[in-house]
Amino acid sequence: MTVAGWVTIFAFVTVLTALALPLSRHLAAVYGNGTTFLDPVMRHPERLIYRLMRVDPASGQSWRAYARSLIAFSLAGWLLLYLILRTQGLWDFTGLNPMHFASAPWNVTFNTVSSFVTNTNWQYYGGETTMSYLSQMAGLTVQNFASAAVGIAVAVALIRGIAKHVSDAHATDAASIGNFYQDLVRTILYVLLPIAFVVAVALIWQGSIQNFSHYLSFSGLAHVAQRIAMGPVASQESIKLLGTNGGGFFNANSAHPFENPTALTNFIEMLTVLLIPAALVIAYGRMVGNRRQGYALYGAMMVMFLGAVAVCYIAEAHGSPAQHAAGLHTAAVNGSAGGNMQGKEQRFGIAGSALFDVVTTVTSCGAVNSALESFTGIGGAVPFANLSASEVIFGGVGTGLYSILLYVLLAVFIGGLMVGRTPEYIGKKIEAREIKLVALGILVTPLAALFSTALATASSAGRASINTAIASGPQAFSETLYAYLSQANNNGSAFAGYTGYSGLVGNAAGSHGFTFTDLLGGFTMLIARFVPILFALAVAGALVSKRVSPAGLGTMRTDNGTFVVLLIAIIVLVGALTFFPALLLGPIVQGLTGHLY
Amino acid sequence: MSIRKELTSAALGVLTLMVLCGLLYPLLLTGIGQVAFPDNANGQPLYVHGHLIGSRIIGQSFGGDPRYFQTRPSGTTPADNAAASSFANYGPNSKVTERAIAADIAAYIALNGRYYPGGLSAAKVPVDAVDTSASGIDPAISVANARIQAYRVAAVRHLPLAKVRALIVRYTAGRGLGFSGEPAVNVLELNLALDRL
Repeated sequence: MTVAGWVTIFAFVTVLTALALPLSRHLAAVYGNGTTFLDPVMRHPERLIYRLMRVDPASGQSWRAYARSLIAFSLAGWLLLYLILRTQGLWDFTGLNPMHFASAPWNVTFNTVSSFVTNTNWQYYGGETTMSYLSQMAGLTVQNFASAAVGIAVAVALIRGIAKHVSDAHATDAASIGNFYQDLVRTILYVLLPIAFVVAVALIWQGSIQNFSHYLSFSGLAHVAQRIAMGPVASQESIKLLGTNGGGFFNANSAHPFENPTALTNFIEMLTVLLIPAALVIAYGRMVGNRRQGYALYGAMMVMFLGAVAVCYIAEAHGSPAQHAAGLHTAAVNGSAGGNMQGKEQRFGIAGSALFDVVTTVTSCGAVNSALESFTGIGGAVPFANLSASEVIFGGVGTGLYSILLYVLLAVFIGGLMVGRTPEYIGKKIEAREIKLVALGILVTPLAALFSTALATASSAGRASINTAIASGPQAFSETLYAYLSQANNNGSAFAGYTGYSGLVGNAAGSHGFTFTDLLGGFTMLIARFVPILFALAVAGALVSKRVSPAGLGTMRTDNGTFVVLLIAIIVLVGALTFFPALLLGPIVQGLTGHLY
Repeated sequence: MSIRKELTSAALGVLTLMVLCGLLYPLLLTGIGQVAFPDNANGQPLYVHGHLIGSRIIGQSFGGDPRYFQTRPSGTTPADNAAASSFANYGPNSKVTERAIAADIAAYIALNGRYYPGGLSAAKVPVDAVDTSASGIDPAISVANARIQAYRVAAVRHLPLAKVRALIVRYTAGRGLGFSGEPAVNVLELNLALDRL
């Protein structure tokens, strides 16, 4: 461990909070139909887009109508992306497929498309060996924007359900939780596009590439033949992080020097990932009219986040059993910080790698700048724990907020039972219907993860995806569990030995997908994305028209330290009860033993 | 909305976004990148006598040539393949990992040991020299790793050690903002500077 490492972590948290505060004001204005500084630029394109889409943004939607629009939009996005990826070879004439890549097989494409539409961005394909520039731009980048906006829209709708006072609205509009297309378009125009644009320019300034060139082929300085992949990288990289998507332009994701060229970009990229999730939580407090509610959630998330970072950093700085067995000394020496540098880049170091991977696994980003599979047992258990907490520690853009709000309602219910009062949240009574929806919403993701893992472990078709050349014993199980945990949580990071695609380097001819793994993963992502969304919207619908009763003496406070502790306890308890047995078999065994398998 | 109207709006919606986010946005950025930062946007190519020999920020293989500083072990096929970047995915408790590290330690000692004063042992080998990088094309090595290799490079090239060390300092990028990341010695730039001496 180094002083600079700890400084990085605390500087990161400070800068993040400093940026999230002003952004939260902007977000509250965007979704509360306030005025923003972007209005003069964006007002006209916004109106034009509504006209092109043939929607009326002013008409409020009930939760059912909102959900219908959301599902229809996601379905259309799925079909368009599948079409683009499967017809990749037909678009060579545009010049945007200079390496003449053929399409990936149908099964891998099914997985990839489901992955990008659900904001998972799990990758069984290698970016620079299978995807044309056109597929990356018109296909994948578009879903990076769209799936992120869908997640934020759901969070905003749920906030409206909690915050809306029925007396505010006209009787006919009482059940409205907003308009899906308005939330979608405003998210893209007022939040995602402007920030993604600024970050992309910063990345190019630091060395990310942005071109449509043929790959470079040449003989290197020592006359060793080299090839270097090119492409429009920066534009996709910025939204990949900002939208907590995580699907890399290149196979090595944010470890690739063209995606993440310097230690400074590493810092900027981490901020970009957490920016919107952090700001949304604070914006939530603003939108429900009690900022302390937002700060309470922010505090709960930050406590869990810092704990995760500290454990991961200390474990990685210590080094791995395999290194020690080979005779390496992993302590810091003059000119080297030591530690487990297996699968890490020199310019990021241990702290920059540990922090990055905690940032991207607490959010549902799933981008990585180092190989999670090469993390030490305890260091690798941190991403596992983050996923087991169902992505509520900041979480994905929007998804994190609506997921933790479900946990908040559960905590309010349990707290209410403990003190013997009808549970209330921000003035609205939480009753049987809401709690049933909340419980189901919380359970879908863990169930999908465990069910898929069991199926993949028990069947020979599933075990075919394990990389047996390097993984055996507990690591083989870790690979499998992580794959389905990650896909169910729509994270997308991987213990990357696990594969659903056997591709040849260069042109993809002769490659094939693992149908079982591709389909199981694809359906896991789709179910674990859209079913909780439906439950979250249903909760919004159930809450929206409830009367608000003024807080009395007996009302349980949800904006103080006691509630934060209760909330953290419930999140940890649900995660631990669900996943502890499975985690024992993989990362915990690896963490507790110095034995090599 | 009726189902038909719903599906029409959804289809028009994704097509509109495809044009906006999938074509206009990346094309605009490509234009800005090519005008404002053309060298970066095209991958910072380096030329020797008009021939392309690499990218400043992409690690390349020096094939064990003792005249050159060597990059870190790579998990790509073949090593340092920047057209198919990849993790090695070596696990922390794996015998495969131990064997790979042990083999890289032996190779590192075989290459550098006889030039290093007092000889090298496994305990003296910096971790980054024998742990595979993440991208497989890490352009940099640690300062400790460069200092050990400097003895060999100076001896083979008949250069004063101080001169090689000065070049190491020159091609070391410090921490971002003074704290982010680790100091990193750019191997290709260093080797190119050696060739140009």
